[in-house]
Amino acid sequence: MDELILEFLTETNESLGEVDGQMVELERDPNNIELLSNIFRLVHTIKGTCGFLGLSRLEKVAHHAENVLGKFRDGDLEVTPEYVTLIFESIDRIKMILSELEETGSEPEGDDTALIAKLDAVYEGAAAKEDTPPPPPVEEKKEEKVVGMATEEELEAAFANEKGPDELEAEAKAAEEEAKKAAEAAKKDKANKNNSKAAPKESSVAAQSLRVNVDVLENLMTMVSELVLTRNQLLQILRTQKESEFGTPLQRLNHVVSELQEGVMKTRMQPIGNAWAKLPRIIRDLSIELGKKIDLEMKGKDTELDRQVLDMIKDPLTHMVRNSGDHGIELPEDRVKAGKPETGKIKLEAYHEGGHIIIKISDDGKGLSLDKIKEKAVANGLATEEELETMPSQSIYQFIFKAGFSTAEQVTAVSGRGVGMDVVRTNIEKIGGSIELTSQEGKGSTFTIKIPLTLAIVSALIVESAGERFAIPQLAVRELVMASEQSEYQIEKINNAPVLRLRDHLLPLVSLKNLMKLESPTQNCEVEAEVEEQETSDCTDSEHRYIVVTQVGSYSFGIIVDRVFDTEEIVVKPVSNILKDIEMFSGNTILGDGSVIMILDPAGIAKTTGKSDTSEGADSKKEEDILGSRELEKTTLLLFAAGDKAPKTVPLALVSRLESIKVSDIEYANGQMLIQYRGKLMQLLPFSSDYDVNALEGEDRPVLVFTDNDRAMGLLVDEIIDIVEEHIDVEIAGNSDGIMGSAIISGKATDVIDVGYYIRKNNKDWYKNHGDEAFGSNEEEKRKILLVDDSPFFRNMLTPLLSVAGYDVTTLDSPIAALEMCEKGAQFDVIVSDIEMPEMNGFEFAEKVKSGSNWQQTPMVALTSHATPEDMDRGSSVGFNEYIAKFDRDTLLDTISKTLSQKGGE
Amino acid sequence: MTNTAETISHIDNMDALDSGLSKEFLTIFIDDQMFGIPVLQIQDVLGEQKVTKIPLASSEISGALNLRGRIVTAINVRVKLGLPDLPKDKRRMSVVVEHEHELYSLTIDKVGDVLSLENKYFEQHPATLDKIWKDISSGIYRLDGQLLVVLDVPKLLGNLHESQND
Repeated sequence: MDELILEFLTETNESLGEVDGQMVELERDPNNIELLSNIFRLVHTIKGTCGFLGLSRLEKVAHHAENVLGKFRDGDLEVTPEYVTLIFESIDRIKMILSELEETGSEPEGDDTALIAKLDAVYEGAAAKEDTPPPPPVEEKKEEKVVGMATEEELEAAFANEKGPDELEAEAKAAEEEAKKAAEAAKKDKANKNNSKAAPKESSVAAQSLRVNVDVLENLMTMVSELVLTRNQLLQILRTQKESEFGTPLQRLNHVVSELQEGVMKTRMQPIGNAWAKLPRIIRDLSIELGKKIDLEMKGKDTELDRQVLDMIKDPLTHMVRNSGDHGIELPEDRVKAGKPETGKIKLEAYHEGGHIIIKISDDGKGLSLDKIKEKAVANGLATEEELETMPSQSIYQFIFKAGFSTAEQVTAVSGRGVGMDVVRTNIEKIGGSIELTSQEGKGSTFTIKIPLTLAIVSALIVESAGERFAIPQLAVRELVMASEQSEYQIEKINNAPVLRLRDHLLPLVSLKNLMKLESPTQNCEVEAEVEEQETSDCTDSEHRYIVVTQVGSYSFGIIVDRVFDTEEIVVKPVSNILKDIEMFSGNTILGDGSVIMILDPAGIAKTTGKSDTSEGADSKKEEDILGSRELEKTTLLLFAAGDKAPKTVPLALVSRLESIKVSDIEYANGQMLIQYRGKLMQLLPFSSDYDVNALEGEDRPVLVFTDNDRAMGLLVDEIIDIVEEHIDVEIAGNSDGIMGSAIISGKATDVIDVGYYIRKNNKDWYKNHGDEAFGSNEEEKRKILLVDDSPFFRNMLTPLLSVAGYDVTTLDSPIAALEMCEKGAQFDVIVSDIEMPEMNGFEFAEKVKSGSNWQQTPMVALTSHATPEDMDRGSSVGFNEYIAKFDRDTLLDTISKTLSQKGGE
Repeated sequence: MTNTAETISHIDNMDALDSGLSKEFLTIFIDDQMFGIPVLQIQDVLGEQKVTKIPLASSEISGALNLRGRIVTAINVRVKLGLPDLPKDKRRMSVVVEHEHELYSLTIDKVGDVLSLENKYFEQHPATLDKIWKDISSGIYRLDGQLLVVLDVPKLLGNLHESQND
């Protein structure tokens, strides 16, 4: 039977029961308006629902009964036992039809004309009060008279003399015979009556289902969860005891509790098909509207999940299926052209997998266009083109989950109305789920949603750090990695920031011990020693071997822990109010052994570590920004070794020459290392201050020479490794002097050194000498440069260069910030701007500046990695005075000084 | 909590606790100072418990413990009062109270008796009292031979929450 009808039956039987009771009460107290309206409303609802379900016979009866009830309610008709009987009769009829419906699934054949005629007569009779009475139907003659002419008392008196309802009915039947179509109608009526004798038995549907308040279930669920926990505790105790008389009963309890848990869960479970019910219709309408041919295939609609979860994913699912139909599936002709069957296919799949429900929505349409997403990502300022270039396509697809992102070119009636995939993602993440997208252009896309079966009990990984145990929700855990000297995974360090190379990616690591500010208890060392005998002596940081790879959104990181226990089912309990401010915990729970354990919140950890990294970092931008600022430009990099094992790198363009010097040639003067170089003295700097130069006696050492005009400075390193051309992709911001950050170069974690730092280290001397030659020979007249570049890497690199050249440098990360500054009235002598920037590019920036801003007269120099003639033309047309390539350091300085002197000369 | 019967805080005649003239207090001792907690606020009295440390929490929060399936946050009142913690080998006790639907266990040195104190002995705390002490108490009772500081549980815990927010 149709589920809707089933539901209707349950509901209606309930309502009818109520009406019965209220009618009796109404008979006793005919003037109770409240009762009347109640009855009216109930019958009205029945009528409405019947109409909706296409139960016409039922609807008619209910409709006419409602008419009469309406009269009662409005006070147009006095409630008399007779009328009440009539209403009872109607309700009995409704019940009869309902029971038939319940048995056979359809409305029984039958004629209600007689009943309806009676009802109408009453209804019209009442109406006749105001109008002239119409030719009264035979049966109601007496009443008609009464209603028409008599006063109320008379009416009462008349009814008092009337026969009882039964007789009346008999009489009514007789009277009907006289009516036009009476004969037949009466027969049917009789038949109906016979039926109805059997009918008013208890509705079996109503008896089988109960309506229970969700709160009651919720409460039950909590209690069961507690029971589960207690059982876990008992089982834990049992495990520690070899022989126990409690063994058998506990096993029994275990089973019963499991079943109970399952049972209670079931009360909240609904098949996912419920959420899918509307989809075929949506797809049908969609295909007609868009002229597409679409097949919807649904698999596993009996998969059950928690009602709460179901409610949350209903709308996202609808949205995604609609999207697939609208954006995914192509028009029939396009499909044929692409060599695919004319009819597109959208497949919905649901199944259980390890305590989760997996829902897949796939289509065989055109897939997502990478280019379009990129375009949109740039337009929305989510990423720069450079960044996109280096991103794997799977990460680019994930952009569609960002707010305000729709690749639909036009807003159709169907989608593209601003409720985007971001809402979908938010909804799914709210219930602890995750969503992923894979797509292949031309082949189709697949969304995979992973949601927990229920929200009440989650499984968690129990880990230990410094003797304290913590739970990490299993859902956030991607994998576990054991790193040790012997295994292929090793924890590497960049300025004490641990990282792990995991399948061609540098995974940032956080130590749970440091994170929680835990102190390693001494006994921990012994425990470690037992566990790893070969490493007995080593009980420092390096013994942290287990890495829990955690994912929050698209951000992955590893949590270093001492030990990993097993997983346990836990009931998340909120932390006490006074602990709410600690972002690292999402809750706490009681473990099987009865102890309390804190549940880590991976999102909180990601947030906290992200923040703390930036505060230590050289740049004040958020870590994500630094992580995200990948440069497209292939930069020629010099790889060298110095100090610790990690390879170092510096853009080759910044290095003037590479020299090899004899250590014995190093001279000392004024506490500085010097060497005679090309007839001059060149200052030498060791790579790090603890570099023991004396230990290098007699060897040839490579030196990186940095020059500025005729000054030179040498950086003493251990070994030149290689020169490579690669993107600099600073993945982790450095937090110590001289290191800008770390990047993967030639497949290795490499420190990118900050040349500016070493130059600044010598700063005093450089400055003094520079001061004489620089354009502003006077300190007060130091020329002011505004440097606009979105990449923190270039800002960090150029700023020291320019400042040692004697300029006062202000850096901004976007033209928009620059324009704001302009409005505030800041003045500069020259503006150096990058071209490729998100939000507003350099050309637009120049146009804005040159079209009547405060800086109209300020010369502008464009910095770019694409110095093509077209670009240069465009640059000069929008107002750039000069156009130079990035990394061309000498030209940059030359150009700036030239530009300034021109300006000065004008 | 339903299970007060097994604890010493159990009182047979609940009606008599809070008559107009006097109030019932459970006396507790911290650093030899007597404190009183209104008996009606007390859920439980516990001996030494296994406490799970809560990293990053402020120092007076000594951890969380499991009290018959409910998680209780343990507060070390000594630390809150700025007193040195008891030596490790000394036994301590805890009084469990409910505040804003959550349970807290106040770790103290030891628990005394239940006293019925007449209102006429009550006094505001002296102006010279240390601010930390003022912040957690609502007044003083003059008893024979000693003074009893009324520990104001909502004030103590409310305070804690605020200092967390800072």
